[in-house]
Amino acid sequence: MLIRYTSQIGKYFLMWKEIFKKPTKWSVMKGLIFKEVDDLIIDSLGIVAFISFFVGGVVAIQTALNLTNSFIPKYLIGFATRQSMILEFAPTFMSIVMAGKMGSFITSSIGSMRVTEQIDALEVMGVNSLNYLVFPKIIALMLYPFLVGISMFLGIFGGYVATVYGGFGASTDFIEGLQRDFNTFHVFYAFLKTFIFGMFLATIPSFHGFYMKGGALEVGKASTVSFVWTSVTIILMNYILTQLLLTQ
Amino acid sequence: MIEIKNIEKSFGGVKILKGVSCVFEAGKTNLIIGQSGSGKTVLLKSLLGIHTPEVGTISFDGRIYSELNTDEKREIRTEIGMLFQGSALFDSMTVAENVGFPLKMFTNDSNEKIQKRVDFVLKRVNLIGAHKKLPSEISGGMQKRVAIARAIVNNPKYLFCDEPNSGLDPNTAILIDNLIKEITEEYNITTVVNTHDMNSVMEIGDKITFLKNGLKAWEGTNEDIFLTDNEAIVEFVYSSNLFKKVREAYLKG
Ligand SMILES: Nc1ncnc2c1ncn2[C@@H]1O[C@H](COP(=O)(O)OP(=O)(O)O)[C@@H](O)[C@H]1O
Ligand SMILES: [Mg+2]
Repeated sequence: MLIRYTSQIGKYFLMWKEIFKKPTKWSVMKGLIFKEVDDLIIDSLGIVAFISFFVGGVVAIQTALNLTNSFIPKYLIGFATRQSMILEFAPTFMSIVMAGKMGSFITSSIGSMRVTEQIDALEVMGVNSLNYLVFPKIIALMLYPFLVGISMFLGIFGGYVATVYGGFGASTDFIEGLQRDFNTFHVFYAFLKTFIFGMFLATIPSFHGFYMKGGALEVGKASTVSFVWTSVTIILMNYILTQLLLTQ
Repeated sequence: MIEIKNIEKSFGGVKILKGVSCVFEAGKTNLIIGQSGSGKTVLLKSLLGIHTPEVGTISFDGRIYSELNTDEKREIRTEIGMLFQGSALFDSMTVAENVGFPLKMFTNDSNEKIQKRVDFVLKRVNLIGAHKKLPSEISGGMQKRVAIARAIVNNPKYLFCDEPNSGLDPNTAILIDNLIKEITEEYNITTVVNTHDMNSVMEIGDKITFLKNGLKAWEGTNEDIFLTDNEAIVEFVYSSNLFKKVREAYLKG
């Protein structure tokens, strides 16, 4: 079993190398990139906005409900919302959601091309199919931090709305909390890990779709397996990066 | 002309091709026949370079594939047109985009010139007025035509077809078979067709190679096939009642 995992990981890194070989002509690639940006990024805006806004609200309410001691300053609601949105919710939790949404889309679209021999057709024509299929996804997901930025913003906004309009605190307190001890390194850390998660989101589901065997039924199975591995990788990388960047 | 010499190919220790040799001539429709699972697709995919045989050589008009460098291999691939069993059209592209794809990828032709060529080959396969349709919007027979158009758009020297009439009704199947044969003769292409369909064998088989258990069990023309006493081939032909009768009638004269 260990040998199988190791060889899969090896194959994954070899795939990265293949992706950059023999690039597809730019006039064709341009169109592919726009299509992926549309399918992966633009198409995810709605769900990202929806989840972020409401989870931000819940984080604020939970914090407010736990502030029973009157010595704890009121600005903490804003502070806690900001910290949890920027540090973990938007980069990590959103990436797990995207491992489901983008990941299953990527695995099933590449997987169905595999089972219907469309990938063979590309190869036979002399196209580097990994470059043709995966490279545009990698470029599109370089815009993923933009999506996560929106998630941070809307999460905090959701927290603000829930606090102020739900009667849990004053607008000025919340805003004071947002500004308190603002550490730009935290934002850098959040976007750095987002970028890395984005690269996994583009490539792990592609890997599972590209190298799958079998028929239509296996496409579904590959999507599930790909979701599990993408999530596990993101969670582990999150731990490693946090350890490396935020502790001394 | 394609020459295969003694190729062997295994998957996970199981030998699928056990030393097959054959010659496919230009301008002829060469058939590979055999039961499902006999290794026809593996043989074709070895010709395509998708599978690499462990033993033996494949040469394309004298160029031995395994001895070529990457650029020369690529060169050969651009000379190959392939018709896949399920057509393998790109389902996100229209019919015209599918057919023009190889040109768009590998030539610097203007869009206009590509368009002209696409119109020409689509007309050649008798498909008119489907340019803007998606593969999912046309019938299986039409998809096959589009796939043939895409395979020949580059003026290939070699055309490979994997079970071109699987999933088609008998009438459409004959039309597709004949289309392949006509194009082969018209452009002097070296065509290799996989099939287990005796109708195709009789209709278009200039030369037939019969695969059984990973070996070439027989070869000949579609006329020889009724005269031979080769046990394996007789068994294969006799598996169809209709052809049993035809063969008996033929032998009686
Ligand atoms: N990529 C592969 N990996 C493992 N086994 C394969 C592969 N391709 C084909 N086979 C096996 O080779 C045998 C011949 O398959 P194939 O050439 O597809 O038969 P057919 O004559 O029906 O086209 C089958 O038993 C099949 O399971
Ligand atoms: Mg087959």
